[in-house]
Amino acid sequence: MADTVVEVRDLYYSYNSQLVLRGINLEIKKGEIVAIMGENGAGKTTLIKHFNGLLKPKRGIVEVFGVDTREASVAELSRKVGLVFQNPDHQLFAETVEKEVEFALRNFGFEEETIKKRVDWALNLMGLARYRHRSPFTLSIGERKRLAIASILCYDPELIIFDEPTAGQDFLQKERIAELLNLLRTRGKTVVVVTHDVEFVVTRFKRVIVMSRGEIIGDGDIRDVLSNPEILKKAKLVPPQIVKCAWLLSDLGVPKNIIYPEELIEKIKSILGAPYG
Amino acid sequence: MTIVEIKNLTFTYKGNDEPSLLDINVEIREGEFVLITGPSGCGKSTFCRLLNGLIPHFYSGELKGEVRVLGMDVRKTPTYELARYVGMVFQDPENQLFLSSVEKEIAFGLENLGLPPSEIRERVEQVIAYMGLENLRDKAPFELSGGQQQKVAIASVLAMQPKILVLDEPTANLDPYSSLELLDIVTRLNREEKITVILVEHRLEALLDKVSRLILMDKGRIVLDEHPREAVLNPKIKIVGVPKVIEVYERLKKIGYNFNNPPLSPEDLSNMVHEMVDLHGRHSRRS
Repeated sequence: MADTVVEVRDLYYSYNSQLVLRGINLEIKKGEIVAIMGENGAGKTTLIKHFNGLLKPKRGIVEVFGVDTREASVAELSRKVGLVFQNPDHQLFAETVEKEVEFALRNFGFEEETIKKRVDWALNLMGLARYRHRSPFTLSIGERKRLAIASILCYDPELIIFDEPTAGQDFLQKERIAELLNLLRTRGKTVVVVTHDVEFVVTRFKRVIVMSRGEIIGDGDIRDVLSNPEILKKAKLVPPQIVKCAWLLSDLGVPKNIIYPEELIEKIKSILGAPYG
Repeated sequence: MTIVEIKNLTFTYKGNDEPSLLDINVEIREGEFVLITGPSGCGKSTFCRLLNGLIPHFYSGELKGEVRVLGMDVRKTPTYELARYVGMVFQDPENQLFLSSVEKEIAFGLENLGLPPSEIRERVEQVIAYMGLENLRDKAPFELSGGQQQKVAIASVLAMQPKILVLDEPTANLDPYSSLELLDIVTRLNREEKITVILVEHRLEALLDKVSRLILMDKGRIVLDEHPREAVLNPKIKIVGVPKVIEVYERLKKIGYNFNNPPLSPEDLSNMVHEMVDLHGRHSRRS
């Protein structure tokens, strides 16, 4: 399929003798913004490392933009696939913020003028322009995380993967990341976000994939997946607050798959009738 | 009894122009469960460092005002003395754990205190049982998951039998289930063992119904210091984002529904609605 960005068929992967991915099947289409959730050790990071060829399947097939990842190098895939690691320190190494962002652009052989433009754009976008001459290691952890994002976005990959972008971030930074997702959405990018943050997913995503013990146990619309008690329990996820409210109010006729505040408000209004004065 | 007393405190890290804490006045009483929240860089972590004397003993800078912990002036009290009363747990447990087994890790602080071996053994056993670490006692901390490591970090602090437990974003690197488990343990320590808890955290939804007090910081200042039920209604809280149940409450209130207190959890919200149905009946059925 022309508009398929990632296709995974019957993927198995093991570290030493431990099986961490067991028969993964999934397809991500161009322009989709997908969340991947599951407890620590479920295999989320192992799975996304297959999307840019850092890991190759032990069994099964991973195709990214129609290319079998076993037949392409990480360098070739990286041009179209950007992976932002959970820990920015695994990714940052240059002397200055500016050089950090330039690095990939130079590697890919962009013209000097383009490099300058792209660096400015990415630093402004992530609110880092005033730090351009500082060493990355003098930045706070939140700022380093944003720098890691800038150094991927600058070369404009088609598929962007974020591993835990909201972990340890405050409310305002989370809002910024949400804005960034919107921006990428309008540019037609395909985005995969690994996250534990169920409230973030429920407000910002349409599709979620839930993993547990190396398998996908839920994949679909957030309404169906994040209000399914069996999936949540198996993946040790806490239900979103609105879903929890709906469950607790189900004896009054509230459907158990309500996920948005406005839906809950409508249901409560119809239970209570017009407000007393 | 007042356990922490801070008066007119301003602190500026050496080399910085701007103070990281500005004109802080706060009194914390024994047995309180205090949530400290605020945007990144608001001074939360700096505040924590005051309580066990890391400021001014390890982080130098200009300290004005007064900090007393259990009546001791932190400036005049060595940190090892404060460590007997104030237990600290950080975001990243790996920085705190370095020995070859969980048991040794828990015993380490006690050995430093020079306690007799029999007492050390007794306290280690107590803490292992309390925290449910029996199966992990011989493991090396680096073999453990993040959630387990954080439990060990708390255990090694608890063994010192502290009066105050200070936790600086302890769940930032944990998955949701491990986070809840950890926060439940902390709540139990506060309620059952009467340990005063001061906890820094970004996510309010997991904590509002547990804490007795919410302190909101912004740009080095305390801008809000109230019971969570009042704090969540103050417009200032918007800088850290309010949980969805509060949003639902506020929107219902705006269109005329008269609930008394804001809900701090989905359970609260459900109870509110059920109570109102019991009181007035179900209007949709009647009309």
